[in-house]
Amino acid sequence: MQTEDELIEEITNSEYKYGFYTDMDADQAPKGLSEDIIRFISAKKNEPDWMLEYRLNAYRIWEKMEEPEWAHLGYAKPDFQDLHYYSAPKPKVQLDSLDEVDPELLETFKKLGISIEEQERLTGVAVDVVIDSVSVATSFKKKLGELGIIFCSFSEAVQDHPELVRKYLGTVVPTTDNFYATLNSAVFTDGSFCYIPKGKKCPMELSTYFRINEANTGQFERTLVIADEGSYVSYLEGCTAPMRDENQLHAAVVELVALDDAEIKYSTIQNWYPGSKEGKGGIYNFVTKRGLCMDRAKISWTQVETGSAVTWKYPGCILKGNNSIGEFYSVAVTSNHQQADTGSKMIHIGKNTKSTIISKGISAGQAQNSYRGLVKINKGATNARNFTQCDSLLMGNNCGAHTFPYIEVNNQSSKVEHEATTSKIGEDQIFYCKQRGMDETTAINLIVNGYCKEVLNQLPMEFAVEAQKLLEISLEGSVG
Amino acid sequence: MNETVTLTNKDKFLSHFDLVDFSMDEDFSSDKRKEAMELIQWLDFPTSKAEYWKYTRINKIIKGDYKVSAPENEIEIDLAVPTKNCIVLINGYFSEELSFFDITEGIQFSSLSDAKKSSSILKEKFNSLVKKDEIFADINSAYHQDGAFMHVAKNVQADEPYYILNMVDDSNIISNPRNFIFVEQGANAKVVLKTINTANTGSFTNMVSEIFVEKNAHFEINKIQDEAEDSFQIATEQVVQADDSTFKINTFTLNGAIVRNNLNIDSLGKNTMTYLNGLYPLKGKQHVDNHTYLLHREPNGESHELYKGIMGDSSTGVFNGKVFVHREAQKTNAFQSNANIVMTDTATINSKPELEIYADDVKCSHGSTTGQLDEEALFYLRARGLSKESARAVLVNAFASDVIEQIGVDAVKDEIEKYIDDNYQGIK
Repeated sequence: MQTEDELIEEITNSEYKYGFYTDMDADQAPKGLSEDIIRFISAKKNEPDWMLEYRLNAYRIWEKMEEPEWAHLGYAKPDFQDLHYYSAPKPKVQLDSLDEVDPELLETFKKLGISIEEQERLTGVAVDVVIDSVSVATSFKKKLGELGIIFCSFSEAVQDHPELVRKYLGTVVPTTDNFYATLNSAVFTDGSFCYIPKGKKCPMELSTYFRINEANTGQFERTLVIADEGSYVSYLEGCTAPMRDENQLHAAVVELVALDDAEIKYSTIQNWYPGSKEGKGGIYNFVTKRGLCMDRAKISWTQVETGSAVTWKYPGCILKGNNSIGEFYSVAVTSNHQQADTGSKMIHIGKNTKSTIISKGISAGQAQNSYRGLVKINKGATNARNFTQCDSLLMGNNCGAHTFPYIEVNNQSSKVEHEATTSKIGEDQIFYCKQRGMDETTAINLIVNGYCKEVLNQLPMEFAVEAQKLLEISLEGSVG
Repeated sequence: MNETVTLTNKDKFLSHFDLVDFSMDEDFSSDKRKEAMELIQWLDFPTSKAEYWKYTRINKIIKGDYKVSAPENEIEIDLAVPTKNCIVLINGYFSEELSFFDITEGIQFSSLSDAKKSSSILKEKFNSLVKKDEIFADINSAYHQDGAFMHVAKNVQADEPYYILNMVDDSNIISNPRNFIFVEQGANAKVVLKTINTANTGSFTNMVSEIFVEKNAHFEINKIQDEAEDSFQIATEQVVQADDSTFKINTFTLNGAIVRNNLNIDSLGKNTMTYLNGLYPLKGKQHVDNHTYLLHREPNGESHELYKGIMGDSSTGVFNGKVFVHREAQKTNAFQSNANIVMTDTATINSKPELEIYADDVKCSHGSTTGQLDEEALFYLRARGLSKESARAVLVNAFASDVIEQIGVDAVKDEIEKYIDDNYQGIK
């Protein structure tokens, strides 16, 4: 029988399982950020002039901005001049089969447990693998192409589909949005692009695996998903990163556009290196994610966040069209010295718009976990409806759980509900399980799983399995 | 450029107090004033960029042209307060003529200026709770004219409610009423703190109350804010609670163009009970901002917070309640609830219930709802023959009753019930 202290010891000692580092030659830009570096990135990627202009414009705005301090987070601010803003694996050659892929890369995937072959064969998931900002392998492209679905790396999209990129880039997250989004607009290296044509349902889950590989590399992913009228897509994003001692910065921007009657389901598993037990190192995750819903469109965000030393992330929906729907389901686990300030923004503009926010926070060790959300009902958003529930679970008495919801209602026909609870795992629940023969660890896993079920249920099957695994690792032998 | 403008605003605002004579003040109090003036130099009026003032614009307040005036004429007014003890302040000054007392052993109830001369507890504790970085509170500390003082001795049970009436009877009055309440161990008292504005235009009341609830003491305060339609009020309460004490505050904001309440409670003791209740039935262009901050520092505390708002016409309601549970405060039970009814499309509610929790063995929850009167309930009542208007009135009454039931002073209960009846009869 483990005592509570032993359990704490065990969970805080469980090492980051995905901490390894792939030795590959990277094509790196010198450290620092300037207009020249941006021109370098743009030239390196062979971008058209409008793209360069977009970047430079963003950079000029960024220079005048100040890093925000309102979040309930404490961390050493990154030195933006001490980062590489571009690093890419060696120029890719066109590949005919997986055999031609860099064996080291394949090895990396094996360690991650996402062998491409297996995914291709067994799950029917098309994987667009991103390692250090440049796409290395894309599969199922043909099959998608038959439906007219475009799923490619962002830089390919800039080359092949400039009209779509130009039309939608920055429409949901404008260049001026916030410090990190602006920085991203200036220096983003690559990411994923997806377009689903009118009335088409994407037959498979689209997925992208991000990894931060090169030491000292800031990662600036840019994702743009456009679902044209009446289309449907489910998009998965999963992340693991190797162990690094210095803090690494990740400032991604994800823009979703759901046109009339379209539906986008965006699921994320984030398991970046959370730093050591003493709170050294770990990823800084400052992400801007937002979706725009036109008439009768629906965007659903699901996230399972277990990694990163510092997380600052508020996936949101702008419900511009009438009868549009926004959803946000989140599980955020913080342990050791991790800090998370996360939540959702729902902006109701159209009539009869609906939004749901379900946020589950779990805090252990010395971690701080905050929910920060905004529900704004504009005057014209008649009959809008929101339901928000954010629960926090505390494990151990050195951690914290906080809730900062903002609710702004400007008309009489809307209904907004918010509820939040904070508590620890009930001793009676553990007792009940133990009495039926479970040990404490199993009991806690069971209870935590039940607690997160509402969110995990929203994930596609393959992802749900991985998420459950992650929760178990994160809370291995957790505390009551 | 900007800076000079704000400076001028502050200087202009402070110049209202240039002619006020504080020379009669006691030494300790003069020192406190000087300290506060010193602090004000370094502070500025908050803008909506400050998180704490995000939803409230105070330009109208700080740009007002005010006067300080001690009432000279005899005032003919029937106060009709159901009590034997009442302190009346007029425009921030103590009115000996209108105040009345029934001397009770163990309870010292007087004007603040009288107490300054004799009370040792006041000398010791005065201005010890006020937050130094709150400019309005500091302005009060520096320029308060008078206020109420109450000291309830150990184990004294006061059955009757004590009234503090804060009246404004002229236009464009600026006043800084300052109250000090000390409830000793095992004592029990109730206070009604009421603002009445009989004049109509542009006054600003900047009130600060310091309240000490000692070990095992019980204290209830009922705060009624009945300002004039275009007057402003900022009311700050600083409360500390010791072990086993109970503190209850009921805030009723009935009138006033901009009313801001800063309610700060430090529950420093074990096993404390705290009740914070508020009702803000708003009309016209009223803007009411309720900020509450409740700190649980020791174990086994329990708190219940219930704020309810009815937003009519073009009014704006703001609720920002924060519960902070310190690492040591295990076994804390904190419940916070904010419910709002929005009656029109031009009304607004901004609700921000916050929890900040650093202890694990706690039960904390908060909820915030915004909606309308229940259609089904309306239908039920109408099916039983009530007109649409009376059905709505019944439901509004029921909505408000949760808060009204919390009032421990019958006369206040009746008054608020009547107010709701009168104002929501036949609402459309």
